[in-house]
Amino acid sequence: MDARGGGRWLGAYVLAYLVFLYLPVLLIPLFSFNNSIQAAFPLQGFTLEWYGTLFGNSALSGALANSLVIGLIAATGATLCGITVSYMDLYGRSPLAATISAIARLPILIPGVIVGISLLILVNLIGFGPSRIAIVLGHILVALPTTVVVMRSRFAVIPKTIREAALDLGASDWTTFRRVMLPLSLPAIGSAFMLAFLTSFDEFIVAFFLAGTEPTLPLYIWSQLRFPKSLPTVMALGTAILAVSFVIAAFAEILRHRGLAAQRPAHADLPKPQQTERGELQWHST
Amino acid sequence: MSTFAATEPPQSRTSPGFRLAMLLPGALVTFLLILFALGLVLFLAFRGNDGSLLGSGFTLANFATVLTDPLYWTVTLRSLAIAGLVTLATVVTAYPVAYYLAFHAGRRRGLLLFLVTLPFWTSYLLRVFAWKIVLAYNGVLNSALIESGVWSEPTLAFLNTPAAVVVTLAHAYAPFAILPIYVALDTIPKSLLEAASDLGARPFTSFRRVVLPNSMPGVLAAALVVFVPTVGDYVTPALVGGPASTMIGTLIQAEFGKANDWPFGAALSVAVMLVILAVVLVVRFADRRFGSRT
Repeated sequence: MDARGGGRWLGAYVLAYLVFLYLPVLLIPLFSFNNSIQAAFPLQGFTLEWYGTLFGNSALSGALANSLVIGLIAATGATLCGITVSYMDLYGRSPLAATISAIARLPILIPGVIVGISLLILVNLIGFGPSRIAIVLGHILVALPTTVVVMRSRFAVIPKTIREAALDLGASDWTTFRRVMLPLSLPAIGSAFMLAFLTSFDEFIVAFFLAGTEPTLPLYIWSQLRFPKSLPTVMALGTAILAVSFVIAAFAEILRHRGLAAQRPAHADLPKPQQTERGELQWHST
Repeated sequence: MSTFAATEPPQSRTSPGFRLAMLLPGALVTFLLILFALGLVLFLAFRGNDGSLLGSGFTLANFATVLTDPLYWTVTLRSLAIAGLVTLATVVTAYPVAYYLAFHAGRRRGLLLFLVTLPFWTSYLLRVFAWKIVLAYNGVLNSALIESGVWSEPTLAFLNTPAAVVVTLAHAYAPFAILPIYVALDTIPKSLLEAASDLGARPFTSFRRVVLPNSMPGVLAAALVVFVPTVGDYVTPALVGGPASTMIGTLIQAEFGKANDWPFGAALSVAVMLVILAVVLVVRFADRRFGSRT
């Protein structure tokens, strides 16, 4: 049948699409091992020299430390907000909780430049000005839509009867939340935390506006892009960052899918109101 | 008053302390960091620039300049054109991938979904930087074309053009478009497609009359998540765009940086948000119309 032939053509297209998606990014690791300042063909020969330049660079290690600290704090904050906001959105039964949840997903409809300047005005008004605290606040905001969406889709597939049973058996809200709902969503919490960390770790534009004297890793890279001589170092650094990002993102995705899939087979006999609730990130549920 | 507490439905027993603790973090972040901060931008947009943080007086001069100076019209229209092109390219190229994922992928679906989402979580700055190496004068594309004998002299025609901005942005935002379309396609009941073919619809007819209209909400959501960040983008025009592709995000940054006219930068930001709001409203309206069929 031609539907099958169409599937083959589509398959080839998808393959080409994936090549387009990955090829430019994979050039960074390729040329990071190339023995030449220029990123150009033909390749000159294999070297680890550029990776050597990463060590003993105090500006670089300072930026790395800043990025790690900011990422961990911002991810903690964003995950905490993601858990509470989506839990109250689903079970709080109040217009306020629904409003908070809707606003929490708003930052994806605001360009990064505007998030950056609005927070820049805010932190100057509060008094601490551009600083690492300011970047943490900005990154909580940028990661918030992700953590809310991940946690919300997880809470939504926990059968309502489980929570109701806990409440009927006399558990308080707090106990139900802490002893029943949180343990059931542990993989999603891990996933939300890692994705929030990655978002912060890779974020550039908001940090660009909010950084004081201590840059993050993306800001350090940005400052190096002006110097053609440091291009190979940037590529070696970029390769390391890409490798770490891939590993964390892969781990987060596996956790998220396992968390969502675990629920389904066990309750296959239940009526399935959550049939359409898939494990995919759906930013807009209009 | 709590005599009947034990027989009340579970939802109404919620203790106020629990509610407060659970609502507080989200409320703080959304009201202070989002709404109040955006409110500050709006407030600042109506102030005169006197060098102080919040400016002085009440004025419409910032908006008058935005509306009357042709520079801002040019740059805004250029931003809209670039973001529009990027959105179109991203959505059109993503659709077949989403379609394959929803209807043909079979056992490979999980792996493919994973592969298309992965770049989403890698550094945006590095993805743009990759295109800078590709398009540079003595970069990857030029050197590869010379190596393979297509031409003998490197060309400047790749980097620092609006076309470079469109290609780079379309690549950077490609993963954003696939998921919403895929989710929309995946929720179309299979019985609908069977009914169409049972009633004699050829594959293309059933795609045009059943699949495409039913996936429109996903297409519109995808268009929105690509359009919004691209219209205000700063990194890509700065790295691969050159002076001929200055976008509105670049101008806003300049007002908060070198030019040091925050109230005017705030007015520009408000103008961008209004443009985005208009686009969102149009998309919502289109969504209503298409969505009513399902």
